Amino acid sequence: MKRPGTPPKWLDRLLSWYCRPELLEDLQGDLHEYYHRNLHRGRFRANIIYLLDVIKFFRPYTIRKHKALQNLNPFFMLGSYFKTSVRSLARNKVFSAINIVGLAISMSVGILMITYLSELFSFDRFHQNGNRIYRVLTTYKGITNDEPIDLASTSIFIGKRLQQDYTGIERLTILRRNFTADLKEGERIISGEGLWASENFFDVFDFELVSGNPATVLRDPKSIVITESLAKKLFKDEQPVGRTIALMGQERYGFQSGMITGVVKDPPANSHMEFDMLGSLSTLDHYAAGQEEETFMTQYSSVWMNYVYLLLPENQRVDVVQKHLDQIAAEEGEKYDRFFITYALQNLQEIVPGRDLSNQIGPTVQWKMIYLLVGLTLIVILSACFNYTNLSIARSLRRAKEVGIRKVIGAGRGHIFTQFVFEAVMVAMIALSLAYGLFLLLKPEFIHLFFQNQVVTLDFQWIYLLYFVIFAFIIGLAAGILPSIFLSGLRALRVLKDPSGMKLFGGMSLRRMLIVFQFTLSIGFIIAATISYQQYQFAVNFDLGFETENILNVRLQGNDAEVLRSEFLKIPEVEGISMSGMLPATGEVWGDDAKYNDPLDSVSIHVNYVNKDYLELHQFEFLAGGTFPYDLKKDEDPRFTIINERLMRRFGMEDPHKALGEVLTVDRSKNVQIVGVVKDFQHQRISEGHEPFAFLQGYEDYHLLNLKVASDDMVELMSKLEAVWKEVDRVHPFQAEFYEDKIQKAYTQFQTYFKVIGFLAFLAISIAALGLLGMAIFTTETRMKEISIRKVLGATEQHLIYILSRGFVMMLLAASLIAVPVTYLLFEHLVLNDLANRVVIGPVELLSGVVVIFSVSMLTIGWQTTRAARTNPADMLRDE
Amino acid sequence: MKGTNLGEFEEVVLLTIASLMDEAYSVNIVDEIEKVTGRATKLGVVHAVLRRLEDKGYISSDLGEPTRERGGRRKRFFKISHAGKVSLLKAREQRDQLWSTIPDVVFEGLI
Repeated sequence: MKRPGTPPKWLDRLLSWYCRPELLEDLQGDLHEYYHRNLHRGRFRANIIYLLDVIKFFRPYTIRKHKALQNLNPFFMLGSYFKTSVRSLARNKVFSAINIVGLAISMSVGILMITYLSELFSFDRFHQNGNRIYRVLTTYKGITNDEPIDLASTSIFIGKRLQQDYTGIERLTILRRNFTADLKEGERIISGEGLWASENFFDVFDFELVSGNPATVLRDPKSIVITESLAKKLFKDEQPVGRTIALMGQERYGFQSGMITGVVKDPPANSHMEFDMLGSLSTLDHYAAGQEEETFMTQYSSVWMNYVYLLLPENQRVDVVQKHLDQIAAEEGEKYDRFFITYALQNLQEIVPGRDLSNQIGPTVQWKMIYLLVGLTLIVILSACFNYTNLSIARSLRRAKEVGIRKVIGAGRGHIFTQFVFEAVMVAMIALSLAYGLFLLLKPEFIHLFFQNQVVTLDFQWIYLLYFVIFAFIIGLAAGILPSIFLSGLRALRVLKDPSGMKLFGGMSLRRMLIVFQFTLSIGFIIAATISYQQYQFAVNFDLGFETENILNVRLQGNDAEVLRSEFLKIPEVEGISMSGMLPATGEVWGDDAKYNDPLDSVSIHVNYVNKDYLELHQFEFLAGGTFPYDLKKDEDPRFTIINERLMRRFGMEDPHKALGEVLTVDRSKNVQIVGVVKDFQHQRISEGHEPFAFLQGYEDYHLLNLKVASDDMVELMSKLEAVWKEVDRVHPFQAEFYEDKIQKAYTQFQTYFKVIGFLAFLAISIAALGLLGMAIFTTETRMKEISIRKVLGATEQHLIYILSRGFVMMLLAASLIAVPVTYLLFEHLVLNDLANRVVIGPVELLSGVVVIFSVSMLTIGWQTTRAARTNPADMLRDE
Repeated sequence: MKGTNLGEFEEVVLLTIASLMDEAYSVNIVDEIEKVTGRATKLGVVHAVLRRLEDKGYISSDLGEPTRERGGRRKRFFKISHAGKVSLLKAREQRDQLWSTIPDVVFEGLI
């Protein structure tokens, strides 16, 4: 036989496909042998028998484990990984603690961020048609303004125009700010704040009416819709709808009493607009119809107080409406030459968080702030991840043997990688639970620290749990990926043969880089916090150009200024009282236009309405002239003015004495004579410079009494004042605040900055110090023998400490060299750059971070190195 | 390890391996069993039993030389191990003991 018969190839292939490799050879040989024997019965029969045999041997014990199953190995190995991880964590308690605590500290901030962001992104999601609701934004640029102002508000004009044209919109509602009034029901008087709203309000928004017909509640003039909580305060358990109620505070619109037409559920915390009550906008229509002059209801340029919300039809594109708005703006713009107005549309869900806009209807959060917070949080978290990475790589010698054995037994690179990532994720999960505890503990502090001006609940929701776990998983991955790559790349043979000769790859330099990064961060944070604090102190103690000490400002809240003044003056501790409209230098700004000889030259000025005593009480410095000759009566128009130097120069007058007696035109048509010129003073926040400023008189515009007080017992004085207040006004609570406190509040921004940055600095330092401690322990441990031998040979303790600390000190120096200039440049050119008055960054601020970090590090390293240097060398060496 | 008791067929296979000495590989074993016991034996069954015996540690195996009729594949030769021998002896002992307790009258006329 030249060619021995062989069974069909495909059957052989089938067999070798399913059969375990170790069984294949002899099994296939056996079958071939039988095949050979069967050949004499005919090739076909032999083939059949061979086929049957191949099929019959398809048995559990012959089947090879499939590749896919092998790839699942790490999954089956999780139990084992878990066990080794727990053992490894338990064996290195110090290092595990350092890792877990460091991660937990940073993760608590992460949890805060997740909760806060989730809350922010839930804003206004309860409106079912939210994605179709748009707000009309206005950009206003007066010809005297350098920069256009972006406004969240717009004119009622544009709202009515859109409604009339009805191009591309489904529904529309117009709102107006400042529906503030005291509601009177029997003996009860409750203050309410709310909005004017047009009748379609409930068609556009999904605020839920408890009672009342949504289509008609806001239709008729003098209708009021109140929230449930206000209804409860006013009427207890009685039915409010259909009642007539007395109103105080909106008399100028003839709104002394109104009908309650509906009760609405309180707007949820995640609504960008909050209100206690809604007044029908038709009330204002009614009022405007009776006026001779054009009012805000129809004026094109009245863009400061009103809001227009549109509901677009489904599948409607925004640009149809946008084009229409552009067209109106172009059409109307031709009629006016003193200002330019353009419009834009903003989706409801992009309001919080959203763009930087003035005249917001409620508090909002800007993207800029979110980026800043998230960025800083990420940096801190990253820093904690570095600790883990560093310590794990440093300690990898101890795990190397384990890796070697696992590899010998058959683990692939992927398995080892999975194992160590799993371990890191496990550590992150443990840290997560600790972090959540920490977060709960610190939650009130967090809210106080970060969100003093915002409504933030930070309440738990179940979905957050998922976010947290994903977050921890990512953290684990980030922290564990480098050590995992490193450990999984170890060669089994090398590790097992000569572990001491193993090189820790470029690990040394990588680890150094990570440590330097951490310390750069810490130093930078400390410097930033110090500078912010200095700037805050600088702002609060800034010489404003007038006196604010011991001045207590009392809000009049609609009471007669003269009555209160004479009552307060009866208290001996009150040395003097003046009246004013607003408080300069606290961030509040009142504006007006002024003209001098040239009727076309109109200047934007800042004003304050004050009485005659104001300037003396606040010790303003006069360049010429003096205060007002007398106080005005109630209905008198202002006849005199006192201006600042800047306004004087703006109108081309050089000599203050010559400016006296000149006449300016303010408030459109009122002529006022200059009776005094004051030196420029700080009337805005110190971040802004001086602007043209004028003091005017105007009895109706006084909102505050400025009490100059002198008392050793402020508490006693306050209660006296409050008692007097209560006699005059039984409704409103006494509101008084020291000028200096008010100024401090104006700079809460800086305060928040340094608090937040200081807090992050603290975290960064703690984490870096933990990491450093870990590295110091590790270094001294591994160099223990070297130290002992050096000691035996006569090295002094100081010398040993020097040797051990040298490396760390070099790293700290490197970090300082990076951090100081970078932070300096950052603040000099980015942060403080725009401020008109700013603190000068000196060596003290810059060195503060370096000093703090050096002392913390020296303590940490010193503790370990001293311990190592003092160890008895005999204990270490006798085992050799 | 599973029970150390030998099943009947296992005992046959083990005995065959012992008797074949150096020539004990699967196909040979099947032939030998067929020859001695006269019953048709399937390779699959023997194969499974061999694996089980190896698991129990009664036999060990080595790969031999490839031959042409096997398509160039090597034979797996089995050898009885010490444990195998012990268990065979034990089995025989148990039987002998049982035999010895049977009164002669039972088999009278048969032998």
